[in-house]
Amino acid sequence: MSDQPTTPAEALLAADAAAGPLLETTTGPHLWERAFTTRRMMIDVLIGLLPVTAAAVWFFRAAAVCQIVTCVVAALAAEYVFTFARRKPFSLLDGSGLITGLILAFSLPPGLPPYMSAIGAIVAVALGKMIFGGLGYNIFNPAMVGRAFLMACFTAEMTTWAAPVGATTGATPLAAGGASLLKLFEGNVAGSLGETSAAMIILGGLWLLLRKAGDWRLTAGMLIGVALVAPVDHWARESGHSLTVLQHLLSGAVLLGAFFIVTDPVSSPLTKPGRWIFGLGVGMLTVVIRIFGNNPEGVMFAVLVMNAMTPLLNRWTQPRPVGGHAKKE
Amino acid sequence: MSLADLLVRFSDRKTFARGIHPPGNKALSAGGAIEVLPTPANVVIPLHQHTGTPCEAAVKPRAALNIGDVVGRSKAAVSADVHASIAGSASAVTAVTLPNGRRSLAVPIKAGAPKAEPGAEPAPAPLEGRALFDDLFGGDWSLPATPPEPAAILEAIKSAGLVGQGGAAFPTHIKLTPNPAKPVSAVLLNGCECEPFLTADHRLMIEAPEPIAAGLRLAMRACGASRGVIAIEDNKPDAVDAMRRAAAACPDIDVAVCQTKYPMGGERQLIVAVLGKEVPTGGLPLDVGVVVVNVATSAAIARAVLRGRPLTHRVVTVTGRGIVRPANVLAPIGVAISELLKHCGGLTTDARRVVAGGPMMGFTLADVEAPVTKGTSGITVLTAAEVESAEQTTCVRCGRCVDACPLHLVPTKIAQASKFGDWELARRYDIMACCECGCCAYVCPARVPLAQHIRAGKARIMRDARRK
Repeated sequence: MSDQPTTPAEALLAADAAAGPLLETTTGPHLWERAFTTRRMMIDVLIGLLPVTAAAVWFFRAAAVCQIVTCVVAALAAEYVFTFARRKPFSLLDGSGLITGLILAFSLPPGLPPYMSAIGAIVAVALGKMIFGGLGYNIFNPAMVGRAFLMACFTAEMTTWAAPVGATTGATPLAAGGASLLKLFEGNVAGSLGETSAAMIILGGLWLLLRKAGDWRLTAGMLIGVALVAPVDHWARESGHSLTVLQHLLSGAVLLGAFFIVTDPVSSPLTKPGRWIFGLGVGMLTVVIRIFGNNPEGVMFAVLVMNAMTPLLNRWTQPRPVGGHAKKE
Repeated sequence: MSLADLLVRFSDRKTFARGIHPPGNKALSAGGAIEVLPTPANVVIPLHQHTGTPCEAAVKPRAALNIGDVVGRSKAAVSADVHASIAGSASAVTAVTLPNGRRSLAVPIKAGAPKAEPGAEPAPAPLEGRALFDDLFGGDWSLPATPPEPAAILEAIKSAGLVGQGGAAFPTHIKLTPNPAKPVSAVLLNGCECEPFLTADHRLMIEAPEPIAAGLRLAMRACGASRGVIAIEDNKPDAVDAMRRAAAACPDIDVAVCQTKYPMGGERQLIVAVLGKEVPTGGLPLDVGVVVVNVATSAAIARAVLRGRPLTHRVVTVTGRGIVRPANVLAPIGVAISELLKHCGGLTTDARRVVAGGPMMGFTLADVEAPVTKGTSGITVLTAAEVESAEQTTCVRCGRCVDACPLHLVPTKIAQASKFGDWELARRYDIMACCECGCCAYVCPARVPLAQHIRAGKARIMRDARRK
């Protein structure tokens, strides 16, 4: 017996069966906005991260390549192990693991031993995302969870920043009392891998915002939050250590955070007012930690604290329905 | 907010916050004049075409019927009589599936010679084509010098079996009956037709503006409203012109031009946009002194009151890329939808969904023999490529559904609560306020069937409430 249709009638029937039922029944809406999908959002974030990647490789050469590859491979491997062990659908291609790996790599000091980067990436994906149920269910930004873990385990290595190839200074501008604005803008300063070049972060970040893969309110809120509290630095610290508002905005993780970390939709609020509060909160907490905390940088803890606030912000900013809330029966 | 939404703030067009801008696809069927379906050999008149109690059959099998004879009536408070839409003879009551999927009893009518009164002239042959259209919508529609009293208007509307023709099919006489506790200040005529694809109301406003305007004046008189507003989206400038001309002599009637935005034609959105009033959640437009009437219903009001004619025909848009020749068709109530499809050249080979209504809120048909009802505003045939299923991912909490919901709800929370049966949470997020417009599911990048989850949750809550 062969499955090949032999007569024209059989061929017609086979074609008909392959085409499925003529009419299908289902509930509306029957149309949707095809141009905007989760996949498109992920791809736009990845495109936005390209200039940052280029800047990292330009300034830190082999160390950058090594760190990016380590983080991405470890993140995807952790995701694969989890989906395999829990017999969940294969989720490697949704792009979120790749983004987590990249952002973690950018937030770590260049030259961190690869095994530490790998541990960070595994913790980021496994404890930051997969144990909550995978993409969409995590409470905290996965990359920041991984970074916090490394910060707790390897504090010394995590606070030693290598200088870009050819540059002279070894301390981060945040600790050294600032760097020239032009240097901060082009990125030829010591700092975490993807945080040094303000120009490249803004370039990629604007793409992400224009494509609506992230909400501009989160970015604007964070930058405004930083600018609101930064002037305090002038009085709070002696002149050798205090930074100007612009130096606060352009150095450290503020820009990477504002464009690529707080814009993570999963761990930020659903409503527009909630996003404003979230962004402002991250920005203000960042500067407070920078000035009064033990660490030179505060973006990571600020993001994690506001992530924890997100469910509350969603509840506080629940919009009032048109016509008011339904009366209790 | 899109650029279009930003610009509209600087114009005099009426609008509401949030909502979506799906492609209109109106050009498929908006260009041609309304076509008149040749009188079919059979119709099946469902006894339950409205919100409320079904009618009971009022004719015996083999009874001879003229157009407009009552075939079903009900004594219940919320109901609407049904009438013969062709001349012929009745058959035994049967059961049919309505376009919305509900089952209903129905009276089939076989076309035949009109009933002749003994001793009288033989009745003229039934009208066809242009003559039928002119009979229904043509002629003089000016109100008599002493217009009918409100009670007489309501009685005429009730005996004509009028229901809202925009889709919900609520009996019109009940909507217009004055309630001393809630006086009506304005009657809003809904000519927005915000559903993509549909153009039946658009064409009717162009081709029959006079009966629409006359119906509005009668409706205002019936419910004691001092103001009438005809609301039309700005994608129909020809309809705006036609209605302005028809209402020019009435100082108490305005034409309001609304932004083209879905769901502008939803009662609550329209009242916010045009009158700036919010209907309380769980309440009715009457609570803010407003009655909303569809434009096709308005024309039927004029026909019922000024000419004593019941609702026997309606304009149906037959459209979509899955139909060979899209058109607006004037069809008798009860004709099989398959007849309309045939009239429009049939389905294309890639037709995949036949939707009663528009693509946002319409119901798919399992059986194209379902009859046209008073509430059937269109038949949209979508192709396989248009409805091709996309990959569903988990919700990434992007909040696009929150920004799209015209009622300012949080669809993703409600859908999740509904999916997991957490009715307490669903109520806290006002699940029952949802109007099921589908904006949330339209914009969702994860393709989560939000509207479907919420609809299922609402149905479940209502069922539980009835059982208590």
